[in-house]
Amino acid sequence: MASFKPTKLQVYPKLGEKVTQDTLYWKNYKAPVQIKEFGAITSIDFSPVAPHNFAVTAFTRIHIYGPFSQEPVTTLTRFKDTAYCARFRSDGQLLVAGCEDAVVRLFDVSGKAALRMFRGHTKAVHVSDFTSDRYQIFTASDDYTCRLWDIPNATELNSYREHTDYIRCGVTSKLNRDLFITGSYDHTLKVFDARADGSVMTMDHGQPVESLLLYPSEGLLVSAGGRYVKVWDLLKGGQPLVSMKNHHKTVTSLCLSSNGQRLLSASLDRHVKVYNTTNYKVVHNFDYAASILSVALAPNDESIVVGMTNSILSIKHRKSPEESTGVSGQQRRRPSYRVFVKGKTYAPKQDDYLVSKPVKQHLAKYDIQLKTFNVSKSLDTALATWARLRKPEIMVAVIKELDRRGTLKNALAGRDEEWLARLLNFLIGNLVDPRFAPVLTPAAEMILDVYRQVVGQSPIVDRQLLRLQELLEREIDYQQDLMEVLGMLDTLFASSLPRMKVPHPAATRANGLAQREASTSRPQLKAT
Amino acid sequence: MVEHGDIRVVHRGGSKINSRQPVVTNDSRFLLCASGERVKVFSTSTEECVHDLRGHTDLVTGVLLRPTNHLQVYSCSLDGTVRLWDFTDGILIKTFDIGYPVYAIYASPDHEGVFFIVTLTPGDKRSELFQLVAVHFPQSGDQLVEARELSAVLSDVSSNPAATGFGRGGQYIASVKGLHLVVYFFKKQKSYRFSLKEDNKKGGKNTLVCIACHPKDDCIATGHEDGKIRLWRNFNQKKEYTYTTMHWHHNAVSSLCFTPEGTNLLSGGVESVLVQWRYKQESERDFLPRLGSAITHIAVSPDGTLFCTSHSDNKIMIIQSCVQVSAVIQGLVNGESVLTDLLVDPRSKSLVLNGKPGHLQFYSLHRDKLLYNLDIVQHEYIHELGLQQFEVVSVAFDAPGNWMATVEERKPKVAEPEINLKLWAFDEQTQSFVLNTTVSAPHEARITAMCFSLAADSQTSVLVSTSADGHFKAWQLPRAACAEDEGPSWSCDFVGDYRGLAPECCCFSADGSLLAVSFQEVVTVWSPASWELLTTLSQPPKAIRDLCFGQLSCSKYLMGTTGSGLLCCWNLLTCSLEWSTSMDVSLLLSDPLTENMAAFCCGAESTDLFIFKPSEPRPLASLKAVCSGKVTHAVFSPRDEMLESCEESSQWLNRSQLYFLTQYMDLMTFTTKAEEERQAAYSKRLFIDDSVAMTPFYLLLGKHREQENQDSLSRLPDETTPLPRGSVAIKELLQTPAHVLPSTSYLCSMFIRSLLVSVTDGSEESKHAEEEMESKKEEEDSEGEMEPRTPRPEPVSPGLRPADSAPLTKAQLRELRRVKKLDYGWLTDLLLS
Repeated sequence: MASFKPTKLQVYPKLGEKVTQDTLYWKNYKAPVQIKEFGAITSIDFSPVAPHNFAVTAFTRIHIYGPFSQEPVTTLTRFKDTAYCARFRSDGQLLVAGCEDAVVRLFDVSGKAALRMFRGHTKAVHVSDFTSDRYQIFTASDDYTCRLWDIPNATELNSYREHTDYIRCGVTSKLNRDLFITGSYDHTLKVFDARADGSVMTMDHGQPVESLLLYPSEGLLVSAGGRYVKVWDLLKGGQPLVSMKNHHKTVTSLCLSSNGQRLLSASLDRHVKVYNTTNYKVVHNFDYAASILSVALAPNDESIVVGMTNSILSIKHRKSPEESTGVSGQQRRRPSYRVFVKGKTYAPKQDDYLVSKPVKQHLAKYDIQLKTFNVSKSLDTALATWARLRKPEIMVAVIKELDRRGTLKNALAGRDEEWLARLLNFLIGNLVDPRFAPVLTPAAEMILDVYRQVVGQSPIVDRQLLRLQELLEREIDYQQDLMEVLGMLDTLFASSLPRMKVPHPAATRANGLAQREASTSRPQLKAT
Repeated sequence: MVEHGDIRVVHRGGSKINSRQPVVTNDSRFLLCASGERVKVFSTSTEECVHDLRGHTDLVTGVLLRPTNHLQVYSCSLDGTVRLWDFTDGILIKTFDIGYPVYAIYASPDHEGVFFIVTLTPGDKRSELFQLVAVHFPQSGDQLVEARELSAVLSDVSSNPAATGFGRGGQYIASVKGLHLVVYFFKKQKSYRFSLKEDNKKGGKNTLVCIACHPKDDCIATGHEDGKIRLWRNFNQKKEYTYTTMHWHHNAVSSLCFTPEGTNLLSGGVESVLVQWRYKQESERDFLPRLGSAITHIAVSPDGTLFCTSHSDNKIMIIQSCVQVSAVIQGLVNGESVLTDLLVDPRSKSLVLNGKPGHLQFYSLHRDKLLYNLDIVQHEYIHELGLQQFEVVSVAFDAPGNWMATVEERKPKVAEPEINLKLWAFDEQTQSFVLNTTVSAPHEARITAMCFSLAADSQTSVLVSTSADGHFKAWQLPRAACAEDEGPSWSCDFVGDYRGLAPECCCFSADGSLLAVSFQEVVTVWSPASWELLTTLSQPPKAIRDLCFGQLSCSKYLMGTTGSGLLCCWNLLTCSLEWSTSMDVSLLLSDPLTENMAAFCCGAESTDLFIFKPSEPRPLASLKAVCSGKVTHAVFSPRDEMLESCEESSQWLNRSQLYFLTQYMDLMTFTTKAEEERQAAYSKRLFIDDSVAMTPFYLLLGKHREQENQDSLSRLPDETTPLPRGSVAIKELLQTPAHVLPSTSYLCSMFIRSLLVSVTDGSEESKHAEEEMESKKEEEDSEGEMEPRTPRPEPVSPGLRPADSAPLTKAQLRELRRVKKLDYGWLTDLLLS
């Protein structure tokens, strides 16, 4: 006596992107907090010390935000013109920023006025940073020069003029106080050593360089310019390692996740892409509303801060662990559960006689009806609102099963207007779905056969039928177009394939046939 | 059975066990059923076949317990004999020679010395009229008795044994045929005949199919073709008879049966539901649904505790009081047709073919037992006549048996056929196949052939399927799993076609480097690595019917048969036709273990078999008239152990055995005389004269226990002989389970050391010991030739020394002395620690 075999629900291949560990990780952020700034946000920098405030450079102001506040903790406003590139010192006490008026200013993070002003550049300073010994400042400017300054007495220590275009990005080494790298609009990256008189290494990016990033180990350098992100091996004398072209507009900003496993690049095409740094494949993608100029990740990836051209600052905080799991956990736990598992862990004693209870087979509602051969009722339960909208495959599977049993016509016949309208609604929604079409088309034909007499009696049903007809006509048009395209592609493929000469022995042999083309193609079939 | 010198064609298992109603013995321990030319005795508790009553030379048509002796059973057969058996011992007691083929047998305790049989009406054999005849036993002590005292009781009865029955302990006999019910009363010697109209108003068919008579009451139940059951009463009058109608079945009632007390009536039909009706409360009924397939016969044990239902899929179910199925006896399912070819599962070496609808059966050829049914379709089977069901049409296994591909097909009347390709992975844990991938609609039309890449060592598995839609597709399992959560699944790798022709057969070469696909009369050869068309071979004018690559040393040959009766052999190195011969080959197959190929040629009436090697012009063996009719399915099955046959004509049977299915779905094979004799000896050894629940386990245990008893008996008298020192330790050593003991090497080294201790005792003894050591060594050497496991501590165990101590030889004495001297202290230490 075999048990009832439940109706098999067809499992269809999932469309869209695959859920990976990365998508789970990078999707685990809350809805973004959006803050309107005064102008395009060109730079974001996180303080290296707790509580990890971050400085946002927009127009003539620098706002320093706390990790959770939506109001700035401090605002630095003493700029005559647009400020650029606010950077924290490694102790988080001082902050340096360039300006359109060629003056570099040094601030205390709690104060308002500038502590020091470094004058010397002749044009806007887009790059400024502290060296790793904390006593010097490195700046680079649109006047093609980059300079080193001494903080205590605000004097210029060194000046390099090797680039032939604006310098728009630069990094200082965190391990070596004398080393810094600049990237310029003359397509080159230059590595400078303060102990030498000029650059020690030059690399050609091929595009105006917009952003630079050094790996924590400082063996690898990442540069972004144009649509390319390139990785250079500094230890091998600046050998290009990888070139990535995943954006379709200029890449403006780079940052590295806190564990160094993922690289983020932001672009004017409104996307932030996340790369795996072992194989440099894109593993995740963020969409934003406007072109992105700057991106930064808080330590431990606690938040992603993105600054855009429409002067909106978007901050996404990571969900806390209980928040990410709490919702589903509440749903799962029901009050009867504890009663349900009661005694499950009870271990039988030696003298106990075990009476095993037969496991009750749980059947879905439509299966219960199918088991007792109530065909109409099973169709009713499958057509219930929830299942119809959320899981059309249930309805399709039940229709298929009824068709297999040869009782579909009985199940469909003899229904009232409301039911028929619901069924037609379902058909309109799913008939042209390629997954369901093979099952639903004969069913639709059957419905039309059964209800041919009642056409014209109900305005609701008539309207639905007209919609169905319209839908089918449109679908047929699509299919015809597709066939045409397929035909065109076939000709293209046939002409591009090299003509093979099949080697066969002397043509006098009786079994040798004249050989013509054997057309071959490789379509990808979907297997469930 | 045809003799061919040494090689014989033998019927191999899988006979129907559901052809006749099974019989349950009085003590409900055994079940007897007719199976081909034999009567099989099964145990109802263990499902094991206990006895095989052989003797009839034609189909057994009925089995009946002897009413006067419940340990004896009658069986009747088409060979014109009725035989009386003792089924507990499996002995033939008597043979009654009737002289006419017997179609059914009945007996009742009221009629001692008489049994009733159904035979052809003598005189006109053309019209197929049957009659019920009473046969009187001649009282004779002989084994073979001629019983020719026949007296006709009823003429024109149905040959179906279910259509006749005794009522009320043998007061009357009732029989149905067509639309008539005939009741014959023995006391009055009068028969009554009742008729029904052909069709009633609703169009149901009134034809009577089966009958059952109430054991205590005057009531007859008849089953009808439209599913109705009628209960007839008052049938001892011509006019005032009455009947009541019960209706649940929607198709013909195929079997009816009253329980021994008459309280319940059981009925069954194609719905495969056992229905239990309460007698006199017909509205109350119980159901036992989903019994697997249509019920053909129902039997009840004499004490009413067990019900047996035999089913159309060659299965007998034993049901305990209409609630629970307690045992299932399953034979080889002989469907209407075998759609899949015969295949051999490379792992279990079992035969694989269509079984129940939507299932594959794995049938062990060596044990003649169904291993299991694998549900391929996984749909609830709807038992309804005329419904289009899913059928498994094609199966393929890969070489190591890790993957199985199945194709199932359903052809609705109006819509396009539904085809599913399923790929099954072998699961080590459950030891069966688990569904891995389902491809719905893999091709637009029927799949004609399917094969796996044969190379066992290749990393990726490739499956090629050819279809009538003009394409062949290659399916591949990607090596690296793309997603962690689900395992790898198969996907289409390549679609090929050739000039719009429909491919028919496909075949991989032995190393998997070539794929041959036949497109009507053209054979195309492809390279699976790059999917390039390498060459084409052709032998017009008819389409290729079969394709086969040579194996092993003949792997450069490609064999093909054409519809015009040609057998061609192409050499793939020269791409030319090596040889061809004109013979109408209906089936060509190659032995995977040798270079041999088998070709079945169908002649006008019978089929011939040729065994040949592609490289040799002369066939190795040729057997004429193997069987009548066409052979369409055959398979080479590898043997468990190689045969050593030196005769040239039977050498091809050494490595593997050839099985084939005849037109009538009989499974046949080829054996040599020597092998048959060996098998007979083996089966004789299996016959044990104990009738209690004969399981293999019991055989093992029982024998062992017997031996033990004997041993202990024989050991009793020699307790007087003094036991050597330390024997307690030895006993402990022998009684401790082996897995608790330290390793043998450890024990052995200690044992050797304990021997060495005696050297210090004295020079004389040491000499002795050395001598003994040497002699022992010699003994061990001679033993070592037989079994290579050398060091054993057991030879010194005196507890098991046989008791025949009367005349001891010198060597034995010496050894005994040595054993006495041995110090077993090391052993006690070891066991105590």
